Amino acid sequence: MNVLYAAAVAAIMAAAIYMILSRNLVRIMLGLALLSTGANLLLFTAGDFSNRQPPIIAPGQDRLGDAADPLAQALILTAIVIGFALTVVLATVVLRAWRATGSLDARTVEATEQPDAPELLDPDNG
Amino acid sequence: MGDPLVLLAPVGIPLLGVAVTALLRTRPRACEALGFVSVAATLIAAIALIRRAIDGGPAALVVFGGWPQAIGIAFAARLPGPALVVVASIIALAVALYGHADIGPRRRRRGYDAMSLAMLAAVNGAFLTTDLFNLYVWFELALLAALGLITIDRREAQIGGAIRYAAFGMVGATAVLAGIGIIYGVAGTLDLETLATQLGSGPPSVAVAAAGTLLLCGFALKSGLFPFHAWLPASYASAPLPAAAAFAGLLTKMGFYALLVIVAGVFGGIGATTAVSPPLLTTIGVMAAATMILCALSALAQSDIRRILGYQVVAQVGYMAAGLAIGTRDGVAGAVFYMVHSMILQANLFLGAGAIRRATGSWDLTRAGGMTRSNPLFAFLFAVPILSLAGIPPLSGFWAKLLVIRAAFDGGSAWIAAAALVAAMLTIVSMATIWSEACWKSLSGRRVRKVPGAMLAGMAVLSAVTLAIGLMPEPLLRIARLSADALGGTGS
Repeated sequence: MNVLYAAAVAAIMAAAIYMILSRNLVRIMLGLALLSTGANLLLFTAGDFSNRQPPIIAPGQDRLGDAADPLAQALILTAIVIGFALTVVLATVVLRAWRATGSLDARTVEATEQPDAPELLDPDNG
Repeated sequence: MGDPLVLLAPVGIPLLGVAVTALLRTRPRACEALGFVSVAATLIAAIALIRRAIDGGPAALVVFGGWPQAIGIAFAARLPGPALVVVASIIALAVALYGHADIGPRRRRRGYDAMSLAMLAAVNGAFLTTDLFNLYVWFELALLAALGLITIDRREAQIGGAIRYAAFGMVGATAVLAGIGIIYGVAGTLDLETLATQLGSGPPSVAVAAAGTLLLCGFALKSGLFPFHAWLPASYASAPLPAAAAFAGLLTKMGFYALLVIVAGVFGGIGATTAVSPPLLTTIGVMAAATMILCALSALAQSDIRRILGYQVVAQVGYMAAGLAIGTRDGVAGAVFYMVHSMILQANLFLGAGAIRRATGSWDLTRAGGMTRSNPLFAFLFAVPILSLAGIPPLSGFWAKLLVIRAAFDGGSAWIAAAALVAAMLTIVSMATIWSEACWKSLSGRRVRKVPGAMLAGMAVLSAVTLAIGLMPEPLLRIARLSADALGGTGS
């Protein structure tokens, strides 16, 4: 079971890295989203799923018996939310780049670094 | 104040400020005042915290949610965290002062104040937490705030810088997350202190080595160590100047802090107490040497002031990593000293670059000049960080370099010392170029404007701290040694 999950993590991450290396900004974004999915699956595997009992203390006892590890689940939930937030912000930036340049090619977006463009000479007097 | 309050205030105050300034976004003046008050209150809280941290008693600790320590997330006043919280708050204060002259109502309406406070809160949170996953969360919060600051003007160059920053930052964060996952699978806890005992006693395993590699790569990317440095100078150059100064002072050092805590604290980097640490330290040493020399060389090839300083930021992280790689108590103390000195200095240099730009209208050194004649006070305030970075005694950079290089010789890593000395020579050349081009060279045909008072005030705060560290290095040295002890203590 562990080997299966490990192989799945490896496959997802390899696909994600392949996409991040692309020049298309949308592919980069999807690749980053996929990469965080791979990391979440890794966290899930690390949580050791040999037990499937919910972590609830049985009546009449004062400690937990065999149960699934709730901490790993909490970590994954947090990581999903963070990954989602970052993907949304990155999507906004990519959308902005597309509107500004009409292109999703990383080369056209990255090449625009003119340190002394006239609009910059008098920054922010609005 | 009770311990929980002291520990929560440096994170809670700026977060509260974020909420209120975000609501008041339409009223830029109120935002500015509120942002300034929040930062000043954070600084006061940070000073209370450092006093609590060095009073000799047991370290202040608060575990959230009433969980036992190894399970719940905790904040602790364990050095060097509180000292770095103080430095971060000082930098935020200076940047806020400076921003009065550089950040107009338009940027404030877009949420500049809220995002810079969020960044301060994230950095302080990372310096105080004792939980590895919580550390990762603070990194992501800082990444989001930094992205907002980089794109605040919505210019094309900023969008390009932001995409680069986001892509590299997210890859680094994911590597960290994967490392955390593996560590959790091996040790069953993410509390740094408990982890140190668990990993220290256990036999070496492939999983721990893999986790160590992932964490090293992730945090090295965050702190800009070679070979993960290429994104940094370009992304910093596209942010608004006060934000870039805060990035230079806070963000890379946050990455290095994480590296310090992981390598020296968890993996027993002081005295190489675990099986993983000798190869880890050698790797960091090679990365540090390459970072110092290559980035100092790259800085020489630039003429845009922000890019020169961007490469210098990275080169300085190389010095800190060199201190860490030596693997002795003195080395780690040197790294902590270097970190405090460098945070203040890099922020100040970026502020100075902005003032040069304001006065001469150019980021380009070949087109700048005449600052000594037109702004003598600026020339003095700018000379302090320049000379300090070059390592001229008695300024703070001299002590910092001395500590790291001497620790390298004592610790039997003469090659690290040699690399540090070569890089120091290159740094002197690069700093001398900035100074003579921007200040001494006379600028014919163009008028040099006056630097606004608020900008000078911001720089004055940081220059005063640099001078104070240079003239009285003893208190900081004591804190640095205590920090090395605290980090080593968790590793035993």
